[in-house]
Amino acid sequence: MYGAVWRVLPGPLAVRLVLVLLLLAAVVAVCFLWLFPVLEPYVPFNQQTVEEPAP
Amino acid sequence: MIRALVRGVGELLVTAGALVLLFLAYQLWWTDVVGDRAQARTTDALEQQWDAAVPTDGTSDEAPEPPAEAEADPVLADLPSDVVAMLRVPRFGEDYVVPVLEGTGDLVLQDGVGHYDGAALPGEVGNFAIAGHRTTWGAPFNPIADLVTGDAVVVETPEEFNVYRVEVTEIVLPTDVRVIAPVPSQPGETPTEAWLTMTSCHPMFSARQRYVVHALLESSTPRADGPPAALQAAGVG
Repeated sequence: MYGAVWRVLPGPLAVRLVLVLLLLAAVVAVCFLWLFPVLEPYVPFNQQTVEEPAP
Repeated sequence: MIRALVRGVGELLVTAGALVLLFLAYQLWWTDVVGDRAQARTTDALEQQWDAAVPTDGTSDEAPEPPAEAEADPVLADLPSDVVAMLRVPRFGEDYVVPVLEGTGDLVLQDGVGHYDGAALPGEVGNFAIAGHRTTWGAPFNPIADLVTGDAVVVETPEEFNVYRVEVTEIVLPTDVRVIAPVPSQPGETPTEAWLTMTSCHPMFSARQRYVVHALLESSTPRADGPPAALQAAGVG
C-alpha cells in the first residue's frame, strides 16, 4: 500500500519527500477537521452532564 | 502472494495505530486549542459589549445607549447568540473567565460552559445548573475539584454580578439528575433559595461518575456598582 504510493509519486527523492509530507498533512487535516469531530460523540469519556437514563 | 497479504495486514495495523495516536493528539491538544480560542473570543467580546452598555460611575442619567457600532463590529458579530452569562472563579485564577451558553449539547460545551435547559437563571431562586468540560475543549472545569466550601463563584450578566459561595461538593452517578433539581438533591421541593450547581466528569477522562459542586447565592449587585469584593480580592476589575 505505502510502497505503491511511493512508486506512484513522481520526481527525484527530494520532491517525493515533500509530496509525502503534503499528503500526510492532508490526512491529518481531514482527520482533525472532519473525521474526529464526527467520531467524538461516540467516545465515552467526554460527558459532563447528568441526564435521565435513556428509556 | 502470502507475503503480500501479510504486508498488507501489517500496514493496515500500523495505520490503525497511527490513527489512534492521532485521535489522542486531537483530543488532548487540538480541542484545547480550538476551545480556548473560541471561549476567549466570546469573553473578550462580551466584556467590551457589557462595559460599553453600562455607565461605570453609576450616576449618569442618560439611558445606556445600545452601542450603535456593535452591529458593524466584527468581534461582536462573532458572538454566539445564546450567551447566558460569564463565569468567574477566583480559585481557578485571577483572570479566569468563561462564557456560559444556553444548552448542554456537545457543540455548546465546546464553546463554553453550558446552562441546563429549563434551569433557573443567574441570581434567580432555584438552581442555576451548568455543565463544563473537565478535560479537552478548553477544559473550563478542569480544576473543579480544587473548590472548597466558602469559595466564590461569580456569575456576571449584563445587569449584575451574582456571587455564590460553595457549600458542598459531591460525586454522583451520571444518571443522578436530582443534583440539578431546583432544590438540589430534593426534587419536587419548591425552591426558596438561589443555588448554583456545576457538573463535570469524574474521574478525569472518564464518564463513570460526575463531580458536582453546589453553591448558594450570597449577593447580587448591579454592574454599575463595579466588581464585587469577591472579585476585587482576586485582582479582577
